[in-house]
Amino acid sequence: MTAMLLIEQALNGLQYGVMLFLMAAGLTLVFGVMGLINLAHGSLFMVGAFACAAVAGATGSFWLGLAASLAAAAAAGAIVEMTVIRRLYARDHLDQVLATFALILVFSEGTRWAFGSFPLYLDIPAALAGPVTLPGGLEYPLYRLVLIGVGLGVAAGLFWLIGRTRLGIRIRAGEADREMIAALGVDISRLYTIVFALGAALAGLAGALVGALQSVQVGMGEPVLILAFVVIVIGGIGSIKGALVGAILVGMTDTLGRFVLPLALGTVMSRSDAGAIGAALASMLIYILMAVVLVLRPGGLYGRA
Amino acid sequence: MRREPLLNGVLALALLAVPLAAWALDEPFVITLATKVAILALAGAGLNIALGYGGLVSLGHAAFFGIGGYAMAVLAAPVQNFDLLMSWPFEVPGTKSMPLIWLAAMSAGALAALVIGALSLRTAGVYFIMITLAFGQMLYYFAISWPAYGGEDGISIYVRNGFAGLNTLDPIQFFALAYGLLMAVLALTHMMVRARFGLALAGARQNPGRLAALGIRPFSLHLSAFVISGAITALAGALYADLNRFVSPSMLSWQTSGEIMVFVILGGVGRLFGPVAGAALFILLEHWLGGVSDYWKLFLGLILLGIVLFARGGLIGTLAGREDAHD
Repeated sequence: MTAMLLIEQALNGLQYGVMLFLMAAGLTLVFGVMGLINLAHGSLFMVGAFACAAVAGATGSFWLGLAASLAAAAAAGAIVEMTVIRRLYARDHLDQVLATFALILVFSEGTRWAFGSFPLYLDIPAALAGPVTLPGGLEYPLYRLVLIGVGLGVAAGLFWLIGRTRLGIRIRAGEADREMIAALGVDISRLYTIVFALGAALAGLAGALVGALQSVQVGMGEPVLILAFVVIVIGGIGSIKGALVGAILVGMTDTLGRFVLPLALGTVMSRSDAGAIGAALASMLIYILMAVVLVLRPGGLYGRA
Repeated sequence: MRREPLLNGVLALALLAVPLAAWALDEPFVITLATKVAILALAGAGLNIALGYGGLVSLGHAAFFGIGGYAMAVLAAPVQNFDLLMSWPFEVPGTKSMPLIWLAAMSAGALAALVIGALSLRTAGVYFIMITLAFGQMLYYFAISWPAYGGEDGISIYVRNGFAGLNTLDPIQFFALAYGLLMAVLALTHMMVRARFGLALAGARQNPGRLAALGIRPFSLHLSAFVISGAITALAGALYADLNRFVSPSMLSWQTSGEIMVFVILGGVGRLFGPVAGAALFILLEHWLGGVSDYWKLFLGLILLGIVLFARGGLIGTLAGREDAHD
């Protein structure tokens, strides 16, 4: 019984991890290529979720909503890049933090203005509703299983894009030496806009997919943003591979910690104490993981530093 | 030429004159607003030591602000519940005395800054920003899920803590305390910046390599600055909790970190009175825009964006000109 629950929680952790990867991949790309720390990445996650919920609500089709989320987040990303972010590349991190913090205020309050303070609800598409029986007799929600597949698929696509395509070569070259590739005739500012919009689209996709599991509301992006920061610090900033490994590590640690710690503490203390203390400790676990990684490898698992 | 000291004097006097006038006109709300400015400026003054003078971009100072607030509540709650702070191994009563609470808040803030700083300062730049942010979030989630001190609901302290010889429930007297602490901290900061420690810290910000070549380790300087900074922000947290007579995990949230940083940057990074100007402007904007629209944060965001993109150096930088160049 406990073994079944453990497997289910491990799958939940994996699902959580791949969704974090979608967020972390954009952040780490933007930082790696443009050297920009973007606090407003969580707002793009929110934009994706709201676009999906609004379009799905109006048309009744989750798939149209999903397409809308990608389009809206990519468009929001491109517009923000061209109007604000572009002016920040040459600035220090402090200005970047403050400007993107201001962007969060604009996005959050603008969304509250447009959609009100009440959460929207997004239903899981009918084709993906309900559980499936996995080998071993475990019943697991099909939608979450699909999310794991989508996340891993996007990861594979991203590795292919970065490693095997012309755009990927340019992105990697931009990371290594931006003056040189500009001198070689690559339109660097267009490249930056594309990279930013790509990261935004990934965040929007994550927002729409996760939006069906929880309520869609203003401020939903920031907790995910901070976890994505933890992920890329663990993985090493600028590394897509690090983001994937870090995301799965964080997703698993968080989900399994919340499940295992109260049980483990329950063997040495009363059940209610174990529940409370276990929950408090579990909420700190990923930060402890991050601290340990930093002490051992200050540049992250796959960092260059 | 030397416009900054003059501007500092004007700011210090204005922050004193406004509540005094409000007191004469019997407008307690304005006094409370001024008290809020003084306390938030104190939090910003703490961050300014790490951020402005040390060059350490910490996005986790809400941790220290919240620790100060919780130190106040943890010490004062047993008194209002007729309980003991701890009963084992020896009995310790709670306290309602502000100086003791301040001492406890600053010690707790310094200790937390020592641990967080020692780990975070292994890294630099963008890693440092993210790690301080993450440690702040860690304490936030801990405060939410730890049930002993109110969890998500926080704790109310019904009667403001006391200070010998003053009636702290009188707004103008509580303002005087906050203002006095702010001025004391700013005076100490001014002395610190000119002392050997402050000069070495400026050196570590401008050129760590050269400093290391002179035989001074930047790490210990940075850690000391971070600890001092954390202790001052914790003191502000204790005062802020006393102002509201309430603490909740929102004091630890990362928005609070962002706002404390906004005070410093709005006013001017590394300027002595920058946090005062920044906090005053922020509270005025909040008050004024909040009256205009429910969505005032949207306009605040646009104003902030405009300031970052077009008016570098903050208020003090705009009004007093660029800092004098050294050497």
